[in-house]
Amino acid sequence: MNNRIFKTILTAVLGLGLVAGAEAGIQSKTITIKGSTTVLPIAQSCAEAFMNQHSDVNISVQGGGSGVGIASIIDGTADIGDASRSIKDSEREKAKSNNVDAYENVVALDGIAVIVHLKNSVSALTKDQIKDVYTGKISNWADLGGKKGKIVVISRDSSSGTFETFNELALEKEKVRPDALMNASNNAVAQTVARTPGAIGYIGLGYLTSSVKAVDVDGIEATKENVVNGSYSLARKLFMYTNGAPTGLTKQFIDFILSDAGQKLVDKAGFVSIK
Amino acid sequence: MNAKARRLKENIYKGAFSALAFASLLFLVGITITLFLEGLPVFKEVKAFQFIFGKFWYPTYEPAEFGILPLILGSFWVTLGAVFICVPLGVGSALFINEIAGRRMKAVLKPVIELLAGVPSIVYGFFGMAIVAPFLQRFLNLPVGLTAFTGSLILGVMATPTVCSIAEDALSFVPKSFREASYAVGANRWQTLTKVILPASASGISTAIILGMSRAVGETMTVLLVCGGAAVIPHSLFQPVRTMTATIAAEMGETVVGSSHYHSLFAIGLILFMITFVFNIIAELISRRFRLKLGLGR
Repeated sequence: MNNRIFKTILTAVLGLGLVAGAEAGIQSKTITIKGSTTVLPIAQSCAEAFMNQHSDVNISVQGGGSGVGIASIIDGTADIGDASRSIKDSEREKAKSNNVDAYENVVALDGIAVIVHLKNSVSALTKDQIKDVYTGKISNWADLGGKKGKIVVISRDSSSGTFETFNELALEKEKVRPDALMNASNNAVAQTVARTPGAIGYIGLGYLTSSVKAVDVDGIEATKENVVNGSYSLARKLFMYTNGAPTGLTKQFIDFILSDAGQKLVDKAGFVSIK
Repeated sequence: MNAKARRLKENIYKGAFSALAFASLLFLVGITITLFLEGLPVFKEVKAFQFIFGKFWYPTYEPAEFGILPLILGSFWVTLGAVFICVPLGVGSALFINEIAGRRMKAVLKPVIELLAGVPSIVYGFFGMAIVAPFLQRFLNLPVGLTAFTGSLILGVMATPTVCSIAEDALSFVPKSFREASYAVGANRWQTLTKVILPASASGISTAIILGMSRAVGETMTVLLVCGGAAVIPHSLFQPVRTMTATIAAEMGETVVGSSHYHSLFAIGLILFMITFVFNIIAELISRRFRLKLGLGR
């Protein structure tokens, strides 16, 4: 008798708990975004605009790098993983073994600008020349039609997404000369180049400021127009990875980024909209 | 009853404090085990000899190259340069504080120098990057101001409080009778300082220098910002270098957990740990000898 009452109560409590849990699942109004510092400004400004429209939604945006972004999708610690490169085969295998389908959403385009000091007389380089400078075949500005002087080659740490893209697009995976300087962020590269007359560096187009000069690559100016029309060769796509095609709130957010309003924010952050 | 309660209380205190004392030992053991567990797997892929004496650090290429000689030499040069800055500065100020400065001046100077140790290393780094590096570049007409020398300069200033504080302690440990005996046989102040005080405190000052070096070799944020970060074997102090610490800091964030790159960064940490460990043991041995020499026991 007593036992039966106990069982009934237990069932009711468990049932309620289940319903409450399911409801909490549906109404969980948070999105966690992690990954590439290049995509960070896009994620951040879009998240702010989205949260202004939906006051009950909370979006947390963190950096960490493309590797972290993709890893966070694989281990399920984020809803969206930002990356400035597409997923590697090794990462895709790891995702598969975790039963995760890394789904690729292209949210913006990005050009890599090759920058030099403002007073440098060189203002156009070919892709081959850039490659020769970064792999160590050319070490003097005189060989590039400039004033005689040592070229100070500035690169990014070899695990950054910008480095990987530059390495793929400009160097065709050849090794960067070992005496290249290593800076830890786009801003650090821009600052070092602005302060060093003989320097050459590369940054995302969105970080381009008037304190440095971007050189033409293969005769094409490093502008947004040339990235969109595909004529500028040092350009790449920016991704937000999700586990499977986005659903629910995550889908709403990604749709927002792809909308006209979202793409305007992409432009404003210094990147290139996909349309 | 009362005595029993007191004994119990005593035992509880004893137990609590010995647990606290052993906690740091536990941390040390834990860190050591982690470093070995995470660092050693890289040697399945690279031979230890090749790892330490390899000339190229290309951890993310296919095939990857894990040679940390440029990083070891980078750390070595920057630390060596820092020693040349912090020893004269630190020992010099310790001598001044102990021998020449009056009591009031000493009361101001020592805390101020020790306050230098409280400045966060990132602040030193920014200062070096924004002010010292551009200045050196123009002043010495270098291609770039972010060099081993820039790092040495700033690390030297950062290690000065450590050196000064310990060296000053060593000087003040020299018994008064030594000095009085020296004056009694007619030695002047300079002779007393160089022939009596310095030799008597030599091992204490060596301890100070070694601990200063240990501080410099482990510093990370500053060298990451001001040394340029070129993983190349340095030929002079005036070229960009990359230290072991800067490599770990720059690359750990983006490496895939469990990859050989990840393990190689732990292996660098392991080597770094061994270096500072040896430094600290040497410092401890010297300071023990020093205590014996002055008849302070132990």
